Amino acid sequence: MQTAGRVEASLPISSDMDLAWVRQHVRQTAAELGFGLVEQTKLVTAASELARNTLVHGGGGRLESVRLANGHVRGLRLTFADDGPGIPDVERALTDGYTSGDGLGMGLGGARRLVHEFSIDSGPDAGTRVTVISWTVRPPHPRGEV
Amino acid sequence: MPEHETAEQRAPHDEVADFLRRRREQIAQRWADVPLFRTVFTVSRDEAVEAGKSVVEALAAVAAAGRAEDAEAAGFGVVREQLTRTAAARSRAGASSAQVSNEVDALRTPVVDLLVADLSAAPAEHVRECSTALTVLMGTLRLVVMESALSEGQALIDRQRLQLLEVATPVIKLWDGIVAVPLIGTLDSARSQVVMETLLEAVVEQHARFAILDITGVPTVDSLVAQHLMKTVAAARLMGAECVVSGIRPAIAQTIVHLGLDLGTVVTRASLADALAYALDQQGTGIVESTPHAAGQR
Repeated sequence: MQTAGRVEASLPISSDMDLAWVRQHVRQTAAELGFGLVEQTKLVTAASELARNTLVHGGGGRLESVRLANGHVRGLRLTFADDGPGIPDVERALTDGYTSGDGLGMGLGGARRLVHEFSIDSGPDAGTRVTVISWTVRPPHPRGEV
Repeated sequence: MPEHETAEQRAPHDEVADFLRRRREQIAQRWADVPLFRTVFTVSRDEAVEAGKSVVEALAAVAAAGRAEDAEAAGFGVVREQLTRTAAARSRAGASSAQVSNEVDALRTPVVDLLVADLSAAPAEHVRECSTALTVLMGTLRLVVMESALSEGQALIDRQRLQLLEVATPVIKLWDGIVAVPLIGTLDSARSQVVMETLLEAVVEQHARFAILDITGVPTVDSLVAQHLMKTVAAARLMGAECVVSGIRPAIAQTIVHLGLDLGTVVTRASLADALAYALDQQGTGIVESTPHAAGQR
């Protein structure tokens, strides 16, 4: 039922300039897929947080975006991957207010609340892959967590 | 010396193609030490050698096809992306097009020298023809690199045009003691630093008691942008000015809430007009409407 499209784009994340590029790309793609303004803004903001994490903590990496379709509901999957030092304690990193740098510590946890699906794959020295999905219509099946 | 007898009869481009394949490793080893490869592949020399090898391979394919003068030759296709990246890396490092071009040209001498040394036993005429063919081929390589660098440059310009839309920070005096900064585009660290400085200067110059930061033109408010805003507000407060953040659109408001950002310490208003009204009110400046019917205070 759920079908993944081809990889829409693979963007490098290696400078502040690339972050702007990532936001532009996500905004444009989400708009094309028919996301409402609020969902667009949320997804772009989540992408901005995650891309910055990739840049600042992962030492740079890539964003891969894939368009999804589930019936007539469309979605966008964004994968942020880096080969950085990884996150030793993912649960802790997701805690609001916890930061390893000098940020607010809201990025990762905040990004999770801004999208419909969120998964993170990381470990010490294993790099980090954060995958998020948002749908044009919120999936009907109940979810444990908002 | 039967080897050289056969060599004499062969067309120069075949000879060059053969030479390139045979000496692939040595050429790549020599190239790894010229500026172009040395400055781009800084991590490991092996990487430079590998890159060099694939370029030699491509050159050999082009030579074998007899298309040494053709920058569009299929053989170059394989390494075009690699060459583009190499040239782009050089220009990012500050090298001018002319410098990059010269650096590509610097690849020529080591190869030609090696070819001449290889053919030392061959007749002078043949050596001359072969080295000419190789020189032409290297000239074409230079053209290919410059062409790809140029198209990469165009892509960069397009990207920067988008970037440019995200810059500009004037401070506007709205009223006695009230200044406003309409923020437009991305608020990265560098830009928010500029915003903070210009705003604080304006606060001093204009004896402002209120500073309005209007974020109508900021497309994305993430945690870093929020952090920058809060720092600016705090800095203005230290200088005796109260900050009002205005232009918070509905989508941004919802996003800020989901993100979990607490802007509770900051006075916020939906629009610039509301922020101005708030500041005027706080200052005790009233506005009297001059309509004949209802004269009232806002």
